[in-house]
Amino acid sequence: MSQTTTAPTPAKSASLTRFLPSLSGMGAKLPGMAKSAGITLASMLLFLLVWQLSATYLYNVEAKSRIDRVMTEQGAAEAEKMKACIASGDISCKPNTLPSPSEVVKASSLLLADHRVISADKAAFKAKTAAVNAQRKAQGLDLITYTGRPSFVDQIFTSLKTVAVGFLIALFIAVPIGIIIGLNENLRTAFNWFIQVFKPVSPVVWLLLVFMIVKTLTLGSDSDTSFLISAVSVGLCSMWATLVNTSVGVSSVNQDYLNVAKVLKLGIGKKIFKVILPSAIPLIFTGLRITVSVAWMVLIAIELLAQSPGLGSFVWEEFQNGANDSNAKIIVAMFVIGFIGFLLDRVMYYIQQSVSFEKALA
Amino acid sequence: MSTPIIEFRNVSKWYGEGDNKTEVLSNINLKIEEGEFLAIVGFTGSGKTTLVNMMTGLVSPSEGEVLYRGEPITGPAPERGIIFQNYSLLPWFTVYQNVALAVNEIYPDWPKDKRDEHIRKFIEMVNLTPASEKRPKELSGGMKQRTSIARVLATDPDLLLMDEPLGALDALTRGNLQEEILKIWSANRRTAVLITNDVDEGIFMADRIIPLEPGEKSGLGPEYKIELARPRNKKALNTDPHFKKVRTSILNYLVQLGEAAKLERNQDLALPDLEPIQPGTRSFGWLRRAS
Repeated sequence: MSQTTTAPTPAKSASLTRFLPSLSGMGAKLPGMAKSAGITLASMLLFLLVWQLSATYLYNVEAKSRIDRVMTEQGAAEAEKMKACIASGDISCKPNTLPSPSEVVKASSLLLADHRVISADKAAFKAKTAAVNAQRKAQGLDLITYTGRPSFVDQIFTSLKTVAVGFLIALFIAVPIGIIIGLNENLRTAFNWFIQVFKPVSPVVWLLLVFMIVKTLTLGSDSDTSFLISAVSVGLCSMWATLVNTSVGVSSVNQDYLNVAKVLKLGIGKKIFKVILPSAIPLIFTGLRITVSVAWMVLIAIELLAQSPGLGSFVWEEFQNGANDSNAKIIVAMFVIGFIGFLLDRVMYYIQQSVSFEKALA
Repeated sequence: MSTPIIEFRNVSKWYGEGDNKTEVLSNINLKIEEGEFLAIVGFTGSGKTTLVNMMTGLVSPSEGEVLYRGEPITGPAPERGIIFQNYSLLPWFTVYQNVALAVNEIYPDWPKDKRDEHIRKFIEMVNLTPASEKRPKELSGGMKQRTSIARVLATDPDLLLMDEPLGALDALTRGNLQEEILKIWSANRRTAVLITNDVDEGIFMADRIIPLEPGEKSGLGPEYKIELARPRNKKALNTDPHFKKVRTSILNYLVQLGEAAKLERNQDLALPDLEPIQPGTRSFGWLRRAS
């Protein structure tokens, strides 16, 4: 404090920056921000360029092989025809390979248009069946629901719903068990082999395991179990990070804090809720953040296999479909999946920061 | 003579067994009387913290026994309050909540507003009212230690233990806090034990000062009574002949022991029976062959 009062008056320019620290700070920060934004933008452009070039290359390879095949099978005249057909860009003879960026943009607008059509259709259906449904409801019958094809946007929301349920399952299994085994060393030893062995198991195998169990448990009911199966599988695949982090966080509380609890003779409940859990929260949330990322990642594979609606099955259906814009749609889905995964991670990061007494590690 | 508050009877403490056995404290006999302010000074690593932890009950002796008012200590209890060296505040609680955790635990039967008043009184006593809603991260070292002091004093301990409470603070803050602790202590004259590595601090604050021998197997040295009137004035103390005499003799005792311990260690050192490798007699031939 003596420094500020007795500091010699600095030169005029220096004293100006002293009075305007925020301004000068901003000035120093702004070029930095512009720089990193510029670098990001440049790398994105580079990415697009590489994508475009490789798409063109693959297109040419595919086109050449097609012409060669026609040449050997049907002769030069047909080959010429095929060449002309490919050059004209006609859908019937378009080489099917990695789509270029522009095709992906086109596909994404197609998907959105498709969504608008389906939404309009749904709304019309709802209006049409409103009266009937009201009647059926009064009679206690099942309502008539829209059973048409889901749009791409619908698939996104289905996937988000599945991942949310899977995440909650992971949360409600992993956090309590993690706390309990974190508190007791014997239980930790007992659980250790279990965690070590089952943690690396592939999502596919978890799905099959869940399928075996759910199939038996839901015998006789005709409800659709695919959603349940995929949500439970997502939960089981993704809970390990939270389980391990919670138990480590609970078992490695700073000895100083425990000494405080000991000297004050805190009861076991108070000790857990006032000392151990707050101290473990940063690690628990780091675990939950990993869990969300893993859940979103395995979700796609699980939906794909479990035939449950969502982005995974969208990708798989498009692949099986093999239409001329299928590949572009798959790439659109890829970007959407990546972007949503990124958003989920950000959301978890902000939650982690707001509940934790320490600054979270970005 | 009344029962001492704390009594050490032939206490030894070691960690590990067999070859790894390190004896920290050896054959400690000590009586702490009601109402006195005792200081224990010693070098780092002489077992000061172990000694005070045996008084709190966080550490139990390997041999002998530690009695609290005639009863063996079996574990920590709030009536023996301790101010830790590293503050040990819970970082997710504010100053108020840290003190409240202790108060709510010790006086669960009090009505809420009485507890609140009590908590605020002690925060005020250590001059932290403006910072009562701040978390430890936002406090300076001195403010953290004040919080820790308020937390302990608010539980009204029968015995106040201080484990190098000011060790991590700068000299200025240290001096201020010494005076504040003394002021608070003299208000109700509880028994207090101060562990410190600063002889001046010990003499300034205590009625009786006992040096702890340095190195392994520490025992207690001779005790020094400090017969200085309270309240003591730090400036006047520097020229006080009694202060100077006690200070010199304690320092001499510690330094002399320190030298002796060093000499002893030097004699024990056996040189390793090794022959130096002569240059050129060995080479990494296999490396050269491989390449």
